[in-house]
Amino acid sequence: MRKQEPKVRAKNFKEVALGYTEEEALEEASRCLTCPKPQCVTGCPVGVPIPEFIKCIKEKKYAEGIATIKTKNALPAVCGRVCPQESQCQSKCVVGKMGDPISIGRLERFLADWERDNGFQLPPKPEPTGKKVAVIGAGPAGLTVAADLVKRGHEVTQFEALHVGGGVLSYGIPEFRLPKAIVQNEVNYVQKLGVELRLGNLIGRTHTIPELMKEGGYDAVFIGSGAGLPQFTGCPGENLGGVYSANEFLIRVNLMKAFAFPDYDTPIRIGKHVVVIGGGNVAMDCARCSMRLGAEVCLVYRRSRDELPARHEEIENAEEEGLVCKFLAAPLEFIGNERGWVKAMKCICMELTEPDARGRRGVKTIPGSEFTMDVDTVIIAIGQTPNPIIGRTTEGLVSDPKRGTICVDEVGKSSLDGVYAGGDVATGAATVISAMGAGKRAAQAMHEYLTNKK
Amino acid sequence: MVTKKTLSYKETLFEVEAPDIAAKAQAGQFIIVVPHEKGERIPLTICGYDTQKGTVSFAFHEVGKTTKELGCYNEGDCLLNVTGPLGNPSEIKKYGKVLCVGGSIMIAPIILQIKAMKEAGNHVTTVLGARIKEAMILEKEARELSDEVYVATDDGSYGYKGLDFLKELLEKEKFDRCVVMGPVVMMRDVSEITKPYGIPTIITLTPVMIDGMGMCGVCRVTVGGKMLFGCVDGPEFDGHLTDFEELIQRQRQMLPEERLSSLVWETSGGCKCGRNKA
Ligand SMILES: Cc1cc2nc3c(=O)[nH]c(=O)nc-3n(C[C@H](O)[C@H](O)[C@H](O)COP(=O)(O)OP(=O)(O)OC[C@H]3O[C@@H](n4cnc5c(N)ncnc54)[C@H](O)[C@@H]3O)c2cc1C
Ligand SMILES: Cc1cc2nc3c(=O)[nH]c(=O)nc-3n(C[C@H](O)[C@H](O)[C@H](O)COP(=O)(O)OP(=O)(O)OC[C@H]3O[C@@H](n4cnc5c(N)ncnc54)[C@H](O)[C@@H]3O)c2cc1C
Ligand code: SF4
Ligand code: FES
Repeated sequence: MRKQEPKVRAKNFKEVALGYTEEEALEEASRCLTCPKPQCVTGCPVGVPIPEFIKCIKEKKYAEGIATIKTKNALPAVCGRVCPQESQCQSKCVVGKMGDPISIGRLERFLADWERDNGFQLPPKPEPTGKKVAVIGAGPAGLTVAADLVKRGHEVTQFEALHVGGGVLSYGIPEFRLPKAIVQNEVNYVQKLGVELRLGNLIGRTHTIPELMKEGGYDAVFIGSGAGLPQFTGCPGENLGGVYSANEFLIRVNLMKAFAFPDYDTPIRIGKHVVVIGGGNVAMDCARCSMRLGAEVCLVYRRSRDELPARHEEIENAEEEGLVCKFLAAPLEFIGNERGWVKAMKCICMELTEPDARGRRGVKTIPGSEFTMDVDTVIIAIGQTPNPIIGRTTEGLVSDPKRGTICVDEVGKSSLDGVYAGGDVATGAATVISAMGAGKRAAQAMHEYLTNKK
Repeated sequence: MVTKKTLSYKETLFEVEAPDIAAKAQAGQFIIVVPHEKGERIPLTICGYDTQKGTVSFAFHEVGKTTKELGCYNEGDCLLNVTGPLGNPSEIKKYGKVLCVGGSIMIAPIILQIKAMKEAGNHVTTVLGARIKEAMILEKEARELSDEVYVATDDGSYGYKGLDFLKELLEKEKFDRCVVMGPVVMMRDVSEITKPYGIPTIITLTPVMIDGMGMCGVCRVTVGGKMLFGCVDGPEFDGHLTDFEELIQRQRQMLPEERLSSLVWETSGGCKCGRNKA
């Protein structure tokens, strides 16, 4: 697929990958064998009918193709861009056994973009069931549940704490990987299906779950509030100026559009030498945003390159754009200048230990290997846990005391009758498509629950 | 936006329609206002609510671009978004003798505290502080609600000069609780004054915030040696345990950028109503 040149894109916030032309899409689609027992589908957490939609592309029936995808996936433009296809559907594709697998994600994106340019069609309105559902959070999990339940005739109200919908898609994943106009478009689609979206509504404060069920008259509730609580290192000096959590940094840059400051009102101060601590997708996004804001960026990760949890495509993209990595190192202390702004970071070198019984390698510090690096901005991207507000205000809701996640069974049922949960809030930080998969299963279970409920 | 009331030259009180928030609001909580598409999320303390009308009020001091811009909004205008109520409500109960200290714009929300403390059966002594005489607001309201009122200004142009007189007051009277809302420096000074007397002192922290619901961590403060989040663990904390120096430093983090934003806005004509021409 065509991409913006690294030198050019490292200076702008426009989308990196440019998408297929019609010709490219037709050529790629023609490679698909339309397997009778398609393996690719088994790799897809929401079971998109992959060969069917690719067949539509072959026949240039694009409207039908996108409709096929949307029977299972309400957010194709998003998934076509950020799903880790290489480890899901594409890893199972039979063509991949002999050469490159079919680029399923790019074809999905092609159809979604085609639809955006050509206007979308709404499915017919279902018969109302008279049942009311509250969905908490407008991230991928919540949007999926809302769309699935409204299509089955339930009345759905979605409560979102922020002033825009989309969840991490809006506040976390940067513009250059996932344009916000596309996210908004998907959010709008769910609303056009008939879902009422209430922004600026923090459940636990504006309303609590028991209130929704008792006074609000909601028959069931889905919690899709994600994992938004940032983790810190606990090292001294962490509250100095210039030390950001990944969330603060990403919210400022992406949601509040600090990259366009002062046209937009929220600022971000970024120095010349940025250090990002961590190694997942979140760390990569922070690093790439920092580069676009004009900084030199060094990633500090406590394991080695092989253990980096970020998507390969994104690591490559980041390195092409100029990312430098320092592996096997961890921070010990942040040192400030006289004005309370970070000026240096003390680190220690690490080594990998022998694999344990489960084959996982740990890390330990190497005594005496401390070193100091000059930095003026630090971004801490070492993971997030669910926000405790809902747990604190919902009596009887059982959550994992260590990870803060809400305990649910395989269809998303929580310890409370009629209350379901899914996505990052139940699994801990994961992926868009796994959150959607959880949403799908929960929607099905909730539909059954509502249908049986008198 | 239902009513706009000018409190002083740079201070305004707004009453906005937000029935969901009005239904839940309690003294000590705050809201986050996003004026428009390109705007910032700014936290403001709730200083009144009316469940019947479905409205909440907040008062603000014009300091930077967003608050100056808000000052140009009028009755009938719409805000893009108001989120709330956020933060934990104040602990209101019968303590006995309560000292309420309000400074500058935060006098507006302290009125709500006074009211709640009175309703809980406390004897309330109020201290109002302002920079200069002209900036003293809501004195009449405070006098109507409190048992006793003292006023002070930084320059002594009205009432006592500075807050040193508090020491004498504390020598004379015994208080069971002290609630302070105002500029950080004032909250620090009051906390220092009450500490030797062992009066539990509750301050309302105003760290920089973005989301106001525990997502970004920018509002982190050190209280009693622990890292807490101003928005979800607070906004009220024990004034005797708070690391004020760190708070002040963190609040100033983006000052150059905020000045720039304000300047760009003003030189490009401000809000066009002429109120904030450079
Ligand atoms: C920077 C970053 C990059 C990522 N990159 C990728 C990627 O490339 N590919 C991939 O597959 N995954 C990626 N992920 C992970 C993926 O985004 C998440 O797994 C997914 O968004 C989880 O969806 P969710 O619906 O569970 O939660 P979220 O997307 O977190 O949405 C939860 C929503 O609920 C709202 N909310 C929270 N509490 C409340 C409340 N009390 N009341 C009302 N609303 C509330 C939040 O504001 C939010 O909008 C990335 C994550 C981050 C942070
Ligand atoms: C919980 C809470 C309650 C608050 N209640 C009130 C209130 O009732 N009335 C009122 O007038 N103000 C209140 N504030 C402060 C108010 O939010 C800031 O004055 C406002 O955000 C400034 O925005 P601005 O864009 O106009 O100024 P900016 O250009 O952003 O900044 C100008 C100055 O304000 C300081 N500042 C910026 N953002 C904040 C912030 N989030 N908190 C504290 N200081 C900040 C900066 O350090 C700078 O000195 C409260 C803050 C918090 C955190
Ligand atoms: S497994 Fe590969 S070739 Fe077979 S249907 Fe799926 S995408 Fe096409
Ligand atoms: S304001 Fe973001 S965590 Fe408190």
